[in-house]
Amino acid sequence: MAATQDIQFKDPVIRTAEVAGELRDMQGEKMVLNLGPSHPATHGVLRIVLELDGEIITKATPDVGYLHRGDEKIAENMTYTQFIPYTDRLDYLAPLANNVAYALSVEKLLNIHDKLPPRCQYIRVICCELARISSHLLGLGAFGLDLGAITVFLLTFTEREKIYNLAESLTGARFTTSYTRIGGVSRDTPPGWCDAVRKFLNEVVINIAEMETLLTRNRIWVDRTRDIGVISRAEAIDFGLSGPNLRASGVDHDLRRDEPYLCYKDLQFEVPIGSVGDCYDRYLVRMEEMRQSVRLIHQCLDKIPGGFENKTKEPVCVNDGKLVLPSKDKVMTSMEELIHQFILVTQGMNVPPGEVYFGHENPKGELGFYINSKGGGTPFRLKIRSPSFCNLSILSHTLPGHMLSDITAILGSLDFVMGECDR
Amino acid sequence: MNAADLAKKLREKFGDVISEPTEYRGEVSVKLADAERIAEVLSFAKNDLGFDYLLDVTGLDNYGSDPRWTLLYHLHSVAHGKHLRVKTDVSEEKSELPTVSGVWRTADWHEREIYDMMGIRFRGHPDLRRILMWDGYPYFPLRKDFPLAGKSSDVSEVGFTNPAPMAGGPFVTIAGGKDALSREPRVRIPETDSVGLNARVERRNDVKEAHGENFGPGPIEKK
Repeated sequence: MAATQDIQFKDPVIRTAEVAGELRDMQGEKMVLNLGPSHPATHGVLRIVLELDGEIITKATPDVGYLHRGDEKIAENMTYTQFIPYTDRLDYLAPLANNVAYALSVEKLLNIHDKLPPRCQYIRVICCELARISSHLLGLGAFGLDLGAITVFLLTFTEREKIYNLAESLTGARFTTSYTRIGGVSRDTPPGWCDAVRKFLNEVVINIAEMETLLTRNRIWVDRTRDIGVISRAEAIDFGLSGPNLRASGVDHDLRRDEPYLCYKDLQFEVPIGSVGDCYDRYLVRMEEMRQSVRLIHQCLDKIPGGFENKTKEPVCVNDGKLVLPSKDKVMTSMEELIHQFILVTQGMNVPPGEVYFGHENPKGELGFYINSKGGGTPFRLKIRSPSFCNLSILSHTLPGHMLSDITAILGSLDFVMGECDR
Repeated sequence: MNAADLAKKLREKFGDVISEPTEYRGEVSVKLADAERIAEVLSFAKNDLGFDYLLDVTGLDNYGSDPRWTLLYHLHSVAHGKHLRVKTDVSEEKSELPTVSGVWRTADWHEREIYDMMGIRFRGHPDLRRILMWDGYPYFPLRKDFPLAGKSSDVSEVGFTNPAPMAGGPFVTIAGGKDALSREPRVRIPETDSVGLNARVERRNDVKEAHGENFGPGPIEKK
């Protein structure tokens, strides 16, 4: 068992006690505490084996894998299109963003990622940003709930419900959307959907401001998050953190801006970065990212080709019968479309041999797909680089030196999801 | 300076151990001929070429060809924003190469995952245990010779696995019928590849017996 004197104290309360010579009062019985895998603060099935000296954590060993379903193995045994529903179940709090990330990876392999129809690109960006708002709302709501701010949780879940309603009218499913197809999206926006999104945006900014008044200057909230779980810039890069957690540590890195895909290069947005890298910074960064997402969706709605109701019949899929399923009436009446449909369903599209890696700025961080193809309809190897997996690997480094009660703040602020970590 | 120039610098430093950089879809890859030097090469890439961020480590199983394993390291730089992929081959007899967890600490979990899924060992790794499967699980599931349906295993008081039943559609499960391995046409078991046809014919007979017709699904009525 690690001795307490070897630990660098990180919690300000412990450091104050150390200076005042009252450290003895905080130490006590040494014990091993098993947190999880089924515990409300672990947001899923994360297990952490903690070694404690009184209330001070001296060692933490995270144990992941309770939600392992072998997605990478499954991917090797089915066509590219068949794998889309499995991507819903990676980060199940932002399925729309996962769908887009996977579709873009396969499209990069097919070399059609910069030939997507403009309307499809705008719809996908709206989907990604809605997913980001939804994911951050849950992340912050659960973060608040864990630290005792139940009102915030109720506010965020009310707003998330509206996003699910929007997802349902767009895709037909609230949770497991499977919205994208290789080369486009499964359907155009339904009538009135864009107006509903605009209405939602106007409502959500009011509620974000409400959350802000409840938390940002709240004494209890600040006490429990400030200078807790500090991750320095160098540590964040070394441990491969990504997304809001990396930016909160002061690294100015956002794939939407640095390696723009879809129509992000035509849109204006700011990338918020933190200065300290503590839980409070991670909270502030997520708060600001939601506002930026609202701003991005407003711009997309202003610029979307074809307008809200697509009066000019802009396509939402690439015009290539060898990639995209033909419409039902064409299959019934035309020989060529029938053949394409048969080949696509039975064998899948013919993907050229090669290998690509595509990283997508997901709400939780960089979701990357490495696809190795030997040609034909199924991938030879599909590797998922999941942000939550990398974000969690820092726990054994960050937790020691904190108090037991800081765990809820640190886990809440890292905002991970086990479906993606374990794959 | 673009990624290809950086890859050339790597080649200047290490000579012919590093292959000529290849480019596909705008991504630059180099191949390292000697896997034993991976930590040295990547530490140079990190410290002198600015690739400070390790995105991912991936293992590839080239089942049936030699060398069997390919390791891929996806490097990225937060400072200059370039990507580089470094590949290296490891033979099946050896199945071992030096760890890079001393270069980036994020490699710790990535290497544990590769060990867990493919059984490639990383020499010098501080804590090489299984990460997604449980300690004591006897197989390496992402190997190409591991069937999709799974294999049965039993570690007493820890966990057990059974091959997955494939219910519904053409894979409908029949009580007393063939097990999932022989019914699932996508499962490849190298030892039994040659009897694949017989297994399929037997399966068809099972379905016929249970349903009274050549193909399911549907409720099985008691006769």
